[in-house]
Amino acid sequence: MLKRWRQTVTWTDIVVWAIGIVIGIALVIGTIRTVLAGEYTAEQWINLTISGLKVGGIYSLIALGYTLVYGILRMINFAHSEVFMSGPFTAVFLAKYLDSIGFYNAHPIISLMLITLLSAGVSITIALLLERVAYRRLRYAPRLVPLITAIGASFFLQYTFRGLYGNDIETYPNFDILKGTVKIGSIAVPKTDLLVISAAFVMMLLLYLIVQRTKTGKAMRSVSEDKQVAALMGIDVDRIIVFTFALGGASAGVAGILYSLIYQNVHFYMGFIPGLKAFTAAVLGGIGNVVGAWLGGTLLGLIESLGPNLFLSGLGIPAANQLKDGIAFAILVFILIFRPSGIMGERLSKTKA
Amino acid sequence: MNTESSSIWKKAFNNGLISGAICILVMLVGLVEAFGDAYVISGMVSLGDIILLIPVIILTFTTMSSSSKFPKSTMVGVSAMIGLITGCFITMLILLGQVVDLRVMFVNASPALYNMLMRGVPLPLGALVPPLTCIVAALLTLGLYLIPSRLRSAVIQGMLWVVVLGTLRDQILIIDLFKIQPFSIVLKRVVFATSGLKPIGALLVFAITTGLVYYSSGRKKGPAIIKSPKVIKRNRIILIAILAVIVLSLPYALGIFYSEILNTTGLFIMMGLGLNIVVGFAGLLDLGYVAFYAIGAYSVGVLTSPGLGLFHLTFWQALPIALLVTWLAGIILGLPVLRMRGDYLAIVTLGFGEIVRLLALSDWLKDFLGGTQGIQQIAQPTIGALSLDTLQKLYYLILIGIAIVAFIAWRLKDSHLGRSWMAIREDEDVAQAMGINLVMTKLLAFSTGALFAGLAGTLGAAKLTSVYPHSMTFIVSINVLVLIIIGGMGSIPGVFVGALVLVGLPGLLTEFQEYRYWFYGLALVGMMLFRPEGLWPEARRKLELHEAEEILESPINDTASAVQ
Repeated sequence: MLKRWRQTVTWTDIVVWAIGIVIGIALVIGTIRTVLAGEYTAEQWINLTISGLKVGGIYSLIALGYTLVYGILRMINFAHSEVFMSGPFTAVFLAKYLDSIGFYNAHPIISLMLITLLSAGVSITIALLLERVAYRRLRYAPRLVPLITAIGASFFLQYTFRGLYGNDIETYPNFDILKGTVKIGSIAVPKTDLLVISAAFVMMLLLYLIVQRTKTGKAMRSVSEDKQVAALMGIDVDRIIVFTFALGGASAGVAGILYSLIYQNVHFYMGFIPGLKAFTAAVLGGIGNVVGAWLGGTLLGLIESLGPNLFLSGLGIPAANQLKDGIAFAILVFILIFRPSGIMGERLSKTKA
Repeated sequence: MNTESSSIWKKAFNNGLISGAICILVMLVGLVEAFGDAYVISGMVSLGDIILLIPVIILTFTTMSSSSKFPKSTMVGVSAMIGLITGCFITMLILLGQVVDLRVMFVNASPALYNMLMRGVPLPLGALVPPLTCIVAALLTLGLYLIPSRLRSAVIQGMLWVVVLGTLRDQILIIDLFKIQPFSIVLKRVVFATSGLKPIGALLVFAITTGLVYYSSGRKKGPAIIKSPKVIKRNRIILIAILAVIVLSLPYALGIFYSEILNTTGLFIMMGLGLNIVVGFAGLLDLGYVAFYAIGAYSVGVLTSPGLGLFHLTFWQALPIALLVTWLAGIILGLPVLRMRGDYLAIVTLGFGEIVRLLALSDWLKDFLGGTQGIQQIAQPTIGALSLDTLQKLYYLILIGIAIVAFIAWRLKDSHLGRSWMAIREDEDVAQAMGINLVMTKLLAFSTGALFAGLAGTLGAAKLTSVYPHSMTFIVSINVLVLIIIGGMGSIPGVFVGALVLVGLPGLLTEFQEYRYWFYGLALVGMMLFRPEGLWPEARRKLELHEAEEILESPINDTASAVQ
């Protein structure tokens, strides 16, 4: 038994596991020391959790775009972060206009729906253009070719929008009704957070139902299993791929509005970091899997908001929040090293890898 | 015939719409206005005008090349229609801009742009200007399409030279060599105006270059004179000697402004050669390549800067240590990562690159790496009493670095190791079955690439005498990646071509800086769609990418040209 084990395990495995164990121990020590030191109150932890959930919801929605496209085309749509950026960066002008004529706060719900619709519409358009102009020709190209194209498209879109709307940061006007907090038990939750968390959840549920329960969703899943066989079964593969991009675009557009409700500022570079994190979330949950995207996004949001304080400040690292993004990327790296199939992706990795 | 001719009209209509849409995009992105003052021919044609007309030209040409069998009258009509539709789009934007202030949303939709589009003609009449210009451009394209191909390519190249020389007017006159009397008088009196070329200069440049290209392309067709190997060898040595003299005299012949650009380009060539091994030879897409540049630069910084006060080594003492550190970093980062496949690897390396940057930025490591302020007062190399402290002197150091790196890359390419890398690039499983140790081979590619970037980093630190975490962004990695892709993945001359085109040229054109990454993105997408093998392709890669076509076409010709 031991001999067999020694044959299959190479020295690279040992190095990798050693790195993993060292980091694991460091995290445990950090956590214990933080908890023992009692630096933060329970209320602070709850607030961090809520902020983690709201960011996580947004990550999930963006991650869905990556996951759906990866599931069907086996490519990382690197330009999805720009699909996410394009929506809210366009809709901010509508929001400002509505604000200037006083409609914005007079009819907040209609306004919110209008800007969400516009944002989703623009994101869908960009996603479809990407598919039609850049990716469709490359469907059977070597793996790196579509990825490089996607990186190029990402830069092209970023700087197109910079050229169109300018280099400045645009700011969404505030909704008056979203000011203040709601008491849930003894905790005061900001209304915006509540809206974002619930909207993201509802949207995620909707998308899940589309993929799992509708006929088109079924066709999507079969295309992701095997394109040729799906075509033989009478499924229009092109149409399904277009639909997938549209779905990803819609969820990115909605995520963009939710993101803008929290951070308010939008600019041409806003997509890069959330996009990368959402990809991390998709991988964490198991790429190609809707539930995985939701799970991965939520988990990543939580780890990111709790992590710096929980793991790192216990280790005596000053200004641990600076390393928030670092934690997300480190998770990405380690997930891909130790469990490339993600949390939910076990079955998938066996059948398709 | 009738249905066919109606289909060509339909196609032309569609292409006109596409061309119009692209024109609108180009205008709103701000390209036309940004390059509006960059005159190619003084007072007549600016680079902005040319950019605006490129969609019309390209789409007219593609429409034509798919419809050569139609009578000339149809072709004239079709091209005119494409021009007309495009022009109408532009006019519509102008008219819309009169009614609504588009600038609330689109920052570039300014009256200055409209005025430029109408070429200064006031409105009611000015609305006719864009359609007329576009129709003329489309018809000229048609004319270009109809002339014999030898003349066509000569004319196209002649026009390109006019554009290049006109655009680079300031940069050419800045060259130290051209400040010498006879040159400067000819250049300033005859060829160049205060901005761009003089009309007569443009005509001159066009006539000379077109004539030369036409003449030389004709000569090749004659029976080739067979030269003895001795003569070929002698010619080659002469050529190399001339090239060496030119390269060695560049910084002093061109002046300080160019030396800076040359040095930056040189650093990118070095990084490109390294990444070329990782991506081009071994097929491992590394998106966090800047991390190794950063590690090299920071190592030298930490070891030599008195500002941090940790070590007080000289540059030459720090160099080997820095190289060792980057090499080790390559191995340590590579070990866990290299078991992954293609696109996952790309994302993980991207993550690594960001982690390195965030660590360099953080307060946590501030005492060692300087935090947001970076490291200053980095030692510059000295040789005896000679301190390499000017850009012109550093150029030679960078040149030596490039020579070493290029030599190693060139020798590695056809070595046993190089062939193993290419085998892995083509098919990992088959390579493994052939007895190649995947992890070891990939690791060697990864660490060699890291080493080269580390060298570039050390020289970059010596050049600036400082390093900042803000300059170690993802965009640098992309920059290097784009240049090897444009040059041709796996091709060593391609790296030089790519770096000169993508780093050198934007360095020259200040107007270009703003839109640099826009063009990069466009170039990446366009390259992948239409010419995935790059500008100067590596023979084998070209074969792979065009395998299917080549089997269909005449195989002997194509293999011959690919082997060259």
